[in-house]
Amino acid sequence: MQEILDLLQNDARLTAEEIATMTKKSVAEVKDTIAKLEKDGIILKYAAIVNQEKLPDESDHVRAIIEIQVTPEREHGFDALAERIYRFPQVKSLHLMSGGYDLQVIIEGKTLKEVAFFVSEKLATLSGVKSTKTHFVLKTYKENDIVYVDSKKDGREGVTA
Amino acid sequence: MNERQDRFSAKMLKTPPSGIRKFFDLIIGRDDIISLGVGEPDFATPWVMREEAYYHLEQGHTSYTSNWGLSELREAIAEYLGRYDLRYDPKKEILITVGVSEAVDAVLRSILNPGDEIIVAEPCYVSYQPLAELCDVKLVRLDTVPTGFIPTAEAVERLITPKTKALMLCSPSNPTGRMIPAAELAKIAEVVKRHKIWVLSDEVYCELRYDDHKHVSIGSFPGMKDYAIVLNGFSKAFAMTGWRIGYVACPADLMAQVHKLHQYSSICAPIMSQYAALEGLKSGADEVEKMRVSYQQRRNLMVSAFREMGLPLNEPEGAFYVFPDIRKTGLSSEAFATKLINEYKVAVVPGNVFGAGSEGFIRCCYATEIGKLREALRRMRLMLEGKPLDA
Repeated sequence: MQEILDLLQNDARLTAEEIATMTKKSVAEVKDTIAKLEKDGIILKYAAIVNQEKLPDESDHVRAIIEIQVTPEREHGFDALAERIYRFPQVKSLHLMSGGYDLQVIIEGKTLKEVAFFVSEKLATLSGVKSTKTHFVLKTYKENDIVYVDSKKDGREGVTA
Repeated sequence: MNERQDRFSAKMLKTPPSGIRKFFDLIIGRDDIISLGVGEPDFATPWVMREEAYYHLEQGHTSYTSNWGLSELREAIAEYLGRYDLRYDPKKEILITVGVSEAVDAVLRSILNPGDEIIVAEPCYVSYQPLAELCDVKLVRLDTVPTGFIPTAEAVERLITPKTKALMLCSPSNPTGRMIPAAELAKIAEVVKRHKIWVLSDEVYCELRYDDHKHVSIGSFPGMKDYAIVLNGFSKAFAMTGWRIGYVACPADLMAQVHKLHQYSSICAPIMSQYAALEGLKSGADEVEKMRVSYQQRRNLMVSAFREMGLPLNEPEGAFYVFPDIRKTGLSSEAFATKLINEYKVAVVPGNVFGAGSEGFIRCCYATEIGKLREALRRMRLMLEGKPLDA
């Protein structure tokens, strides 16, 4: 199962037939495994990874990491507030953290102003939120194991012994 | 011979250039060719190892090392060889060389006298034969084609004469990817002991083996320590080809000879490379495993594709090559490879460069990204079907 998952995480366009060939498993077994991974919510979806910085209108895209300190609620802990936050489509990631703050929110928007406005209007005003700290992302070097700045060139000699 | 040539070594003039040169020249400067002709990993050396080399450069560790190589590295290698039941004293029986290539040269020159015979299991890596012939010996070719590229003890013994000095093996093999089964190795070991000859065992691909095949070194059989010369290095498993780190493990009395040659010709292997190699043995295992799994997946893809194309093939157990039989096309391996480059823009290495017996085969390296492999296989299929490459 792990090998199939590793292959798909690296290239979601591999067909069940190709995966079966590469892992010496039967096509049926591969299909069943993938179906189970999907059913169990381990594979959530198959999506393209986009390097936003390469888009022609890259200036229209900003990303910020927001640190939020909250007062946990009786009964619900952090979960209820977290849900109120992640339902906003601007929120791309949300993590509950140990350490100096509680929730880490990653937000994407068109302009600095739009993001800042969202934080001050929507996040900071939520009941339970004690403080927010906004850090704008200037450049992405690596994310989810993918290096964004590399030039992928094969430097090997064409024919060697 | 003209006057100019009189100024060169007659022996060197007689030595043919490597057969791969021609194919290298055909594709030089062309980026429209997919090359399955390489003999090295498509991964860069794991970062922990590169970073370790940076550190030592920063610290100014840029000197020679002992001729033997760094003692920590030799100790780590001794421990590593122990996993395969090879016991060598890191002080007197392990020497770090400039790749396995230097090790082969140094060992051959330390054991061979003019007129000796050396048995080389073919197909084999391109350097064995010329390096042996430079020692004025008679090369005895052991053709392994009839036995699926596996040298058998019986075939070895048939070729032994009173002049036989050594046997040269490589498992997993470049160019075939095949591994000699342990039971056959045990029998070969008996032949070697009975006739008191050396066996040079090139094990540089031993970490790249698939489907739970176990690596067994011929040096690990009882009583073999006196006859075995184990050659290994970091180029393949650790993706370190450009760093040039190999090693020899052999009995101390032979090592005293090999050591002299290495001392005079190389002094030592590059120090930062030695530190990087050491780091690889300490902490590179997970990265090596990731690469191994990736090669295994690609091997499976290649084997299945060639079988679908109807090209006979012995499934390789290791290394990163497949060596399909193209005789049914009616083309020589050179003609096949030339046509494949010129008309289908895929480079492979014709079998005949790995020994005369390997005519009729091609070596395809699958250490190339999977999208390119698929495209190369598609083009080969077109060639076999006699269809042109679409523009």
